[in-house]
Amino acid sequence: MLANEYLPFLSEIKKVIKHTDIEYTFRLTYEGDVKPGQFFEISIPRYGEAPISVSGIGYGTVDLTIRRVGKVTNEIFERYVGDKLFMRGPYGNGFDINNYKGKELVVIAGGTGLSPVKGVVDFFSNHSEETKGMTLIAGFKTPQDILFLEDFGRWQQMLEVILTVDCAEGDTACQIGLVTQYIPELKLKDVAEAVAIVVGPPMMMKFTTQGLLDRGFREENIWISHERKMCCGIGKCGHCKIDDTYVCLDGPIFNYVIGRQLLD
Amino acid sequence: MGYCLDKAGFNQVLQALSRENVVYAPKLFKDGGGFSDTDRVRYGEIHTVEEIIFDRKSEYSFKEVLLPLSQTLFFFTEDAVKEADAPQKGAVILLRSCDLHAVKRLDAIYLENGGEDYYYKRLREKVKFILIGCQHSFENCFCVDMGTNQTVDYDAYLEIKNDKVYVDNHNKVWDAAFAAHSTGTPAVMPAYVTQNETRVRIPDGITLDVMHSRMWDEYDSRCINCGRCNFVCPTCTCFSMQDIFYTDNGNVGERRRVWAACMVDGFTDVAGGGSYRKKNGQRMRFKVLHKVYDYKKRNGYHMCVGCGRCDDICPEYISFSNSINKLADASKEVAANAGK
Repeated sequence: MLANEYLPFLSEIKKVIKHTDIEYTFRLTYEGDVKPGQFFEISIPRYGEAPISVSGIGYGTVDLTIRRVGKVTNEIFERYVGDKLFMRGPYGNGFDINNYKGKELVVIAGGTGLSPVKGVVDFFSNHSEETKGMTLIAGFKTPQDILFLEDFGRWQQMLEVILTVDCAEGDTACQIGLVTQYIPELKLKDVAEAVAIVVGPPMMMKFTTQGLLDRGFREENIWISHERKMCCGIGKCGHCKIDDTYVCLDGPIFNYVIGRQLLD
Repeated sequence: MGYCLDKAGFNQVLQALSRENVVYAPKLFKDGGGFSDTDRVRYGEIHTVEEIIFDRKSEYSFKEVLLPLSQTLFFFTEDAVKEADAPQKGAVILLRSCDLHAVKRLDAIYLENGGEDYYYKRLREKVKFILIGCQHSFENCFCVDMGTNQTVDYDAYLEIKNDKVYVDNHNKVWDAAFAAHSTGTPAVMPAYVTQNETRVRIPDGITLDVMHSRMWDEYDSRCINCGRCNFVCPTCTCFSMQDIFYTDNGNVGERRRVWAACMVDGFTDVAGGGSYRKKNGQRMRFKVLHKVYDYKKRNGYHMCVGCGRCDDICPEYISFSNSINKLADASKEVAANAGK
């Protein structure tokens, strides 16, 4: 009997981590395989479904970092520990860690773009022997917008971390500037072999990938993540199609050689 | 196997088929047209051969049988979901060659792109097709250039000649029913058109660069993004999810999928207010290239089947076949600009 992919299952909220006023991480019960960069369709009957990427993977749980920006996410924010949400998934290809193992890796994330790639950062932070050197450049609008603040402390011990904000008033522990300005200064032994992941808003991704190419990164060594409206997550509803590519099936993670052609 | 039946005999066969199926065919909806005192030809349940409209093209396609305009996926209460039941009966669809080719496109999305779709599959498994022949081409048809004017992939073929019903049956299960009412076993060959007045030429070697052509700009003002071209298209398959809840108990309701269209506002909206392809010309570009360019890259054959319904229905008299024919010049324009 063919499985009915559209039927959601119930998942319990185990923990809520508040990053900012509008960005919380919900830790939800989930048993099964899942990769960083994949996404779930989270649903609340009456309000609908929203695709949310996985920001952390635990034993029997997944973390979903959600920004309160729409009908469904507004309603999710009304839920707390012990409450339940419907979900289905995971969908999409996710990040293949093997592409980054044994290499110099640069992860550049803008805003909530950090959540889909956070699993990769966590992996190399916990397995530093698997990388030849990893740098994380994470940019946020202001110090108040910083996500995963408690994780940064941990990452800073293991990785090269540049935490930067576009602007700040008064004293701040982080640097001020756009993520792109740190690219020329990256200390890399062999830029032609180095790999990079870029996730963030469209403009940020455009200028960041350009910065990496100018720095000498090869196109095929860069990975990006595309976001689109996805109603089904399984290649049927058509909303996420760009040219002949279905972001939900073929992505949302794309090698830049393919991803750069996905213009719309 | 060929059969000849009088209409009464054929209606007996229809009656037999109706025991386990709903028989759908193009039929007349009196006063159901888009303007007052006009009729509409679209798909509906039929019980007699007299109800079938042969001399006009159906304005909407058969696709709503397999992809209902609004389809309930499941019912929900606070903590539980219950899958919606499938229709008890199967379906027999009477359709023309272009539409039968369109079924292959629906299958490609719903059975092959990603995994099999649960709701589509359970309907599709119980559908049989009866081909209606085309003695002549209708206005705006361009099936010949799309290679969809002919098919042998039917359960049965039907045509009316001199008030008699001629059938070529491929479905063994139906042989007994046809034989019981047949007055002979003539050789019946499906009628199909070999030329259309409307011609299209899809240039070889289109690249995505054609999206930068100025040809799309005219649709910014001409197109009113009503989406009728999508809704009548037998190969448009997009949908959106929609939750509704019951007014007497707000905790109980259902999730449906409803037709969605890339020409209509809201199709690309993402949470937070972003959207893509805001201009109607960009939407037209997305649709045209999907039908005659990028679908083929993924599936090996063009999506458009040349039924011409989009041209028939457009309130702004935009011709899809014309836009296909502009692609060659648009490609040259973009190539020339790239050389500058």
